[in-house]
Amino acid sequence: MRRLADTLWRHPRLLLLLMLAPPVLWLGVIYLGSLAALLVQSFFSIDEFSGLINYEFTLKTYRELLIPANLDILVRTVSMATAVTLAAIAVAFPIAFYAARYARGRWKAAFYIGVMLPLWSSYLVKIYAWKLVLAKEGILNWLFAKLHLTWLLEAYLSLPLIGGNSLSVSYTGTFLVFLYVWLPFMILPLQAALERVPVNLLEASADLGGSSRQTFRHVVLPLALPGVIAGSIFTFSLTLGDYIIPQIIGSSRLFIGQAVYSHQGTAGNIPLAAAFAVVPIVIMGFYLWMAKRAGAFDAL
Amino acid sequence: MTAAVLFSKVSRHYGLVKALDEVDLEVLEGEFFAMLGPSGSGKTTCLRQIAGFDQPTAGHIEIFGETAEGVPPFRRNVNTVFQDYALFPHLNVLDNVAYGLMIRGIAKTERYRSAEEALDLVALPGLGKRRAGELSGGQRQRVALARALVNKPRVLLLDEPLGALDLKLREQMQEELKTLHRQLGITFIFVTHDQNEALSMADRVALFNEGRVVQVGTPQEIYRQPNSRFVADFVGSSNVLPPDFVASLVGSSRWASLRPESIRLTESGGHEASVVTSNFLGGSTRLALDLGSLRLHAMVPSISVVPVVGDKVHIDWNQGDMHLMEEGV
Repeated sequence: MRRLADTLWRHPRLLLLLMLAPPVLWLGVIYLGSLAALLVQSFFSIDEFSGLINYEFTLKTYRELLIPANLDILVRTVSMATAVTLAAIAVAFPIAFYAARYARGRWKAAFYIGVMLPLWSSYLVKIYAWKLVLAKEGILNWLFAKLHLTWLLEAYLSLPLIGGNSLSVSYTGTFLVFLYVWLPFMILPLQAALERVPVNLLEASADLGGSSRQTFRHVVLPLALPGVIAGSIFTFSLTLGDYIIPQIIGSSRLFIGQAVYSHQGTAGNIPLAAAFAVVPIVIMGFYLWMAKRAGAFDAL
Repeated sequence: MTAAVLFSKVSRHYGLVKALDEVDLEVLEGEFFAMLGPSGSGKTTCLRQIAGFDQPTAGHIEIFGETAEGVPPFRRNVNTVFQDYALFPHLNVLDNVAYGLMIRGIAKTERYRSAEEALDLVALPGLGKRRAGELSGGQRQRVALARALVNKPRVLLLDEPLGALDLKLREQMQEELKTLHRQLGITFIFVTHDQNEALSMADRVALFNEGRVVQVGTPQEIYRQPNSRFVADFVGSSNVLPPDFVASLVGSSRWASLRPESIRLTESGGHEASVVTSNFLGGSTRLALDLGSLRLHAMVPSISVVPVVGDKVHIDWNQGDMHLMEEGV
């Protein structure tokens, strides 16, 4: 035992290797390996008559991705993910700012519980709860009726694209539920980033003539940007990949996650499912590259 | 002459803690003013009231004759060099220095030219493209100084700006700050807990203790004529003589201070004392002397034979060097 401890002390790299081996095996081989295997599939194609996979390198599947019906799915999903991410930033910023700057002791604990509590309950339960809230016979309709604002809701629902028969079958409903479910993933990294902004930088900015707005624009925002990026990676990629929320709440039109689900399942078109799965990866890669080029990580 | 900064009965209370307690203070235009005191004595709180980061709970502050209450920091013609510099980590040196000008909407070429000038002024040219994180402590200090000065403030506030530097660099920066002050002719208000720094740099010093200003005066006044035991102790570790001892010498039953360097060794006469400790410091020797009823510290030149522990010596001083204090506290 002692000899082992001495040996490890003399060879710190050995210790590091021993510690890293299990997670690297897990992540690298099993997780990334299976992901790579999936991606390789996207370069195969399916034989339309026999339904069998043709194991030859081809870009045919990607061409198929670009037919109008599939392109629609991509545009719909990416637009939704963008909208959800922007809204999450807007909603999360004040909350995270309050928690990082002002909340102390008991209030800070209340903040963490408030943000995390929704994560403790089942994802499906939350979505069905929202379905009840948003349904035609739901609380929200009842509330609008009580406030004599039913006309407002109806006017909103009659709008093209974002409207629908009721909130629970409209894109607005899907959007609201996405926003609710992913919000903690935006708030927490943002709060962590804001907490690392020293107070005296805000004072320095004010000292040099910066109003609150200018200080926010030139100091807080650039320094919180890594947090915003981290949060938006969560909200963006989670929205891109989800297949349950749009299935339960919203119009019946497909999102990427649902397309992957149906193509690899009932349709048995693994190559197309794989090609769909590549899209979010490419988008996220591009997004990170852009963020890095824009200097979002310079303060790290 | 107008007062650059005027405090009348300014208090800042945090619950029961009196960070500032009825402070009256007048800083004259163009002077190098030091706020000296131990940590927690209220000097930094005082500075924050001038900068506008904090508002007094009571009292009145004027900056160049204009009331400062309710005026946010970004509307004050006052700039601050922060204790830990507070440089913006996401900006390079030039953008840090030009920040105040950028906020005021000054065009890029012009503000960069002014920023370069400011960097020249603090002897740091050509580092504009570096990031704050890549600079040494001394360089950051200079950048912070340039960033404040580029806005041409009427008052420059310095919050323990040299605290994080090593001794040699600190002495060099002290000289440079004094030169800058002469060159620019604006008011410098300097917070420090280092009495040597305050005495050597400032035109006038305000000594803080427990939220109050206990004495204001030129460094020489503060050093030679401390008005209380606290001042005598804090500035240059004076000997504080108790009233009964003073009464036996001058007939007045008051506390008095006696500087260690005022005590000299004599052949005979004066007071008889035994040496308790003797620290040879090179040019001088620091002695702790036992006079029976009290203990004195003396700083004697190391020109003759240096007394060692246990020696019996005769000491004396000029009555005039013994300063009677107003209060014993």
